Amino acid sequence: MNLRTLLLGVSSAALLCGFANAETLTIATVNNGDMIRMQGLTDDFAAKNPDIQLEWVTLEENVLRERVTTDIATKGGQYDIVTIGNYEVPIWAKQGWLVALDGLGDDYDVDDLLPAIRGGLSVDGKLYAAPFYGESAMIMYRKDLFEKAGLTMPDSPTWEFIGEAARKITDRSSDISGMCLRGKAGWGENMAFLTALNNSFGGRWFDEKWQPQFDQPEWKTSLQFYVDLMKDAGPQGASSNGFNENLTLFQQGKCGMWIDATVAASFVSNPKDSTVADKVGYAIFPDTGNGNHGHWLWSWNLAVPASSTKAEAAQKFIAWATSKGYTELVASKEGWANVPPGTRTSLYKNADYEKAAPFAAPTLAAMDAADITKPSVKPVPYTGGQFVAIPEFQGLGTTVGQLFSAVLAGQSSVDDALAQAQTAAVREMTRAGYIK
Amino acid sequence: MATENTRGLARLMLAPSVGLLLIWMIVPLAMTLWFSFQNYNLLNPANVSWTGLFNYKFFYTDPAFFQSIWNTLLIVGGVLLITVIGGIGIALLLDQPMWGQGIVRIMIISPFFVMPPVAALVWKNMIMHPGYGVLADINRALGFQPIDWFAQFPLLSIIIIVAWQWLPFATLILLTALQSLDGEQKEAAEMDGAGFVSRFVYLTLPHLSRAITVVILIQTIFLLGVYAEILVTTNGGPGYASTNLAFLIYRTALLGYDVGGASAGGIIAVILANIIAIFLMRAVGKNLDK
Amino acid sequence: MARAVSTRRMAVATAAAWIIALIIFFPILYTIITSLKTETEAIKGFNLIPSFTLESYVTVQTQSGYLKPFMNSVVIAVGSTILALFVAIPAAWSMAFSPTRRTKDILMWMLSTKMMPAVAVLVPIYLIFRDFGLLDTRIGLTVMLTLINLPIVVWMLYTYFREIPGEILEAARMDGASLFDEIVHVLTPMAVPGIASTLLLNIILAWNESFWTIRLTTTNAAPLTAFIASFSSPQGLFWAKLSAASTLAIAPILIMGWFSQKQLVRGLTFGAVK
Repeated sequence: MNLRTLLLGVSSAALLCGFANAETLTIATVNNGDMIRMQGLTDDFAAKNPDIQLEWVTLEENVLRERVTTDIATKGGQYDIVTIGNYEVPIWAKQGWLVALDGLGDDYDVDDLLPAIRGGLSVDGKLYAAPFYGESAMIMYRKDLFEKAGLTMPDSPTWEFIGEAARKITDRSSDISGMCLRGKAGWGENMAFLTALNNSFGGRWFDEKWQPQFDQPEWKTSLQFYVDLMKDAGPQGASSNGFNENLTLFQQGKCGMWIDATVAASFVSNPKDSTVADKVGYAIFPDTGNGNHGHWLWSWNLAVPASSTKAEAAQKFIAWATSKGYTELVASKEGWANVPPGTRTSLYKNADYEKAAPFAAPTLAAMDAADITKPSVKPVPYTGGQFVAIPEFQGLGTTVGQLFSAVLAGQSSVDDALAQAQTAAVREMTRAGYIK
Repeated sequence: MATENTRGLARLMLAPSVGLLLIWMIVPLAMTLWFSFQNYNLLNPANVSWTGLFNYKFFYTDPAFFQSIWNTLLIVGGVLLITVIGGIGIALLLDQPMWGQGIVRIMIISPFFVMPPVAALVWKNMIMHPGYGVLADINRALGFQPIDWFAQFPLLSIIIIVAWQWLPFATLILLTALQSLDGEQKEAAEMDGAGFVSRFVYLTLPHLSRAITVVILIQTIFLLGVYAEILVTTNGGPGYASTNLAFLIYRTALLGYDVGGASAGGIIAVILANIIAIFLMRAVGKNLDK
Repeated sequence: MARAVSTRRMAVATAAAWIIALIIFFPILYTIITSLKTETEAIKGFNLIPSFTLESYVTVQTQSGYLKPFMNSVVIAVGSTILALFVAIPAAWSMAFSPTRRTKDILMWMLSTKMMPAVAVLVPIYLIFRDFGLLDTRIGLTVMLTLINLPIVVWMLYTYFREIPGEILEAARMDGASLFDEIVHVLTPMAVPGIASTLLLNIILAWNESFWTIRLTTTNAAPLTAFIASFSSPQGLFWAKLSAASTLAIAPILIMGWFSQKQLVRGLTFGAVK
C-alpha cells in the first residue's frame, strides 16, 4: 500500500514535471516530398517553441490513411496532428472527430487561403483543417514534341484535340508515348482521373436520388475514349501506372503529354530529376466544349483529432507549418520553386514565385476553375471533384477502379466493366442506405 | 504412482500455453463473431445495430466472392507446387558434393529472411516492372516486347513472388530430410545397379514424404492469408483477377471500414481454412503418424 | 576412372547449383547494388556496377533514423521469441512425453488459430489494445507476436522432442534421477539443437511480421517494417532510396541467418526426419 502510494506520487510528480518542461506532439504525415521537407525545417519551430517536442510518423499514403482512420474512429488517441486529404475532412468533422481550428493566432490570415480550398475544409463556417499544399489537375506537355509535330496547344484544349495530338506525337520507335495517364486501380489512382474525365464529359457518379450512373451514355463515352486513347498513344503497362510511375516516365522523356496533379509541375521542371525540365508546357485540363474542366481539387491538410489532449500546442504547430512565414522559410532555404503550392492567394501574387515557378499561373487557373460543390453540369447530391465525399467511396471507388483497370489491361470490355460497376455500386449504395 | 504424478505435472505444464492460446483464440473470435452480426461501419459509429445474417449474405453475394475463393486456392496450390517440386530439385542438387556449397546454400536460403512487403516492392519495381525491370531489360535485349507482368499475368506474378519467398523454407526442410537418408542404403541401391530415377522413386521420394507433408501443412497456413504482396503489386486487379479472400476482407475492412462485413468475411475465411485443414489432414496427415 | 567421373559430376553439380543460387539470390543482390546507385542511375536500365555512392543511405538515415526502429525490431523479435519458448517448452515437453488421446487435436487446434485472417480482427484487437493501454508499446507488440507464433513454436518443439527416445528418460529415472535432473541433465542437452533452431526460425518470423507491427505502433515501438512503410512510394524518383531502406531493413536478419544457418537447419525438421 505504502509502496503503491509512493509510486503513484513519484509518477505523478514525474508527469507534472513533464508537463512543465515539454509537450510531445505526435504527427502523422504522408511521405511526400513537401512533407519530408517540412520535417527537415522544424528547427525553426523548435527555436520558437522550446517547450514543444515533435515526434514524426511518416508513412506511405495508403498505410497512413488506414492507420489514422482506425485510430481516430476508435478514439485510440495516438496522434496529436494528422495529415489528411480534403476527402476526409468534411466527413470526419461531421462525426465530431476533429477539433475546430480557432487557435491559429491573429497573424494567420485565414482569408488569404484560396476560397476553393478553404470551402472544402470548412463545415458550418468553421475551419477543421489547415491546408499544407493544394492541387488541381492540368496538362503537362512537351513543347519540343508539339513543335516537331506542327501542333500548338490552344488556351483551352478540348478532348478531341488532345486525342488527336497524342496520337500524332506518339513515336513507338523512340519509345515516346503521346499520352500518359493513370491506370492503376484505386480510388485515389485511376478513379481520380477517370472521375474528373467523366465530369468533363458531362457525366456524374450519382443522380439526385443516389442512383449510380454507370449505365448512362456519358460513362460509356468517356471510358471508351480513355481506353482507345491509351491503346493508341499510351505507354506499356499503363494499367499498373499510378502518379509515381507516370512521373518517372515523364521525367525520363517518355511521355508527350501527362494529365495529372498540378504539384507534379515542380517535379517535372526540376532539372535535378527531370531530363526534360526546360521543355515542359502547361495547359488547363481539357473539356468537351462544355466549360467543365474536371473540377479536380485535392489538398493535404493538417488537422487535430478530438482524441488529442494537446490541442493547443498542436494548433501552434499547424499555424507554423501552414503560415506565410513557413513559405518564406522554404523559399529562403530551398528556393521559391520548392514552396508548398496551392493554398494561399498571396503566393500567386508574389513576383519572386512567378519568376521561379513557370507553372504558377496555370496552377492557379486550374485551381480557380475547380468547384467541388458543382463537379458536373448535371445536378449531383454530393460534393467532391475527382472523388465523391461519402465514406463509402474508398471501397466502392477501388472496386470500380479494379474493373476499369481490367479494361485497360485488355481483360474486359467497356460494356462489361460498366455493367459490373453499376451492379457493384447499386449493391453498395443500397446497403449503405442511400438508395431506399 | 509415478506416471500419475507425471501426468498431472504434464497437464500443469500444458496449461499456460493452451490457456494463452485459448484466450487468444476465443476473445477475438468471439468479438469477431459478435461484430459479424452487427451493422457496424467504423466511419459511422453512431449507427450500430443488429442485422442478423445480413453481413454474411452481403459478403457472400459480393461479385468477387467466388473468384476470390478460387484465387485463394490457386495461390496456395501454385505456390505449393513450385516450392515442393523446386525444393526437391534444389535439395537433391545441394546434396551433391560441390565447390562452394556453403555460399550456395546461403544464397538459396536468403529470400526467407526478406519481409513480405519488401519482397513485393523489389519484385514489382526492379524485376517485373515493364519499363525499368530487369526482365523487361532482358526482353528488350533479346528483341522482344517487354511483358507487363501485373496486367497480363497478375495471379501468376503473385504466385512467383510468394513462391520465391517460400522456396528456401521448403528446400531447407527437404534437404535436412534428404541428408538423414542412410548413406549405406543409397550405396547399396547404387551397387544393385539402380539408376537415378528408380533410386529417386523407390528410395528418396518415400523417405521425403513426411518432409513434403510438413512443407505443405506449414506453408498452407501462411499462404491462405497472403495479402500484402497483392496490395503492393496489383491492388487485387485487373478486375478481380488477383483478389483472394484475404484481400477481399482487406478491402472490406480497411477501404470500406465495414467492420461488420469484414468480420463476416473473417468467419467465412476461418471456416474455409478449417475445411482445407481437414482435407489436408485426411490426405496427408497419415504421413505424420508413421 | 572413378575419380575422373566424380570430378566431372562435381563440376556439373557446382555449375548448376551456382546458376540456380544466383537466380534465386538475384533480387536481393540487385537491391543491394541499386542502393549504391544514384537515383537517375537506378532507372537507366540494367547495370550491375553502381557508382558506389552512399547518397541514398544518407538520405534515408536523415529522413527517418535507423537506430530506433532497429532497436525496436530487435527487442520485439527476441523478446517475443523468448517469451514464446518459455510458454511452449513445457507444453511441448508434456505433449511429447505424456501424450493423451487429445494431444493431436490440441495441436491441430493450435495450428488452426493461425488461419484467422489478421485483417478481420484488426478492429477488435485495436480496441483491446486501446483499453489496456498497449498501443505503441513494445510490451504490447511482444505479447502479440508471441501469441501469433506460439502455435508454430509449440508444434516445432513437439515434433523435435518426440524424436528423443523415451527409453533414455526411463533409464535416467531408474537411476533415481529427479524430474529436475531429468530435464536439466538428460533432456536439455538433447533438445538444444531443436530449441536453437526454433528460436532462430521464430526470430525470423517475428522480424518479418508486417501487419500488426505497423498497425499497432506509432513512434515509440515502431520497428523496421514501419521504417520501410515510410519509403514505399514517395513522389519522384525513389528506386535507390527504397533499395537502401530495404537493404537496411533486411541486413540484420540476413546476417544473423547466414551465421546461424547450421543451427537453423539442424533442428528445422518439424518431425520430418526419422
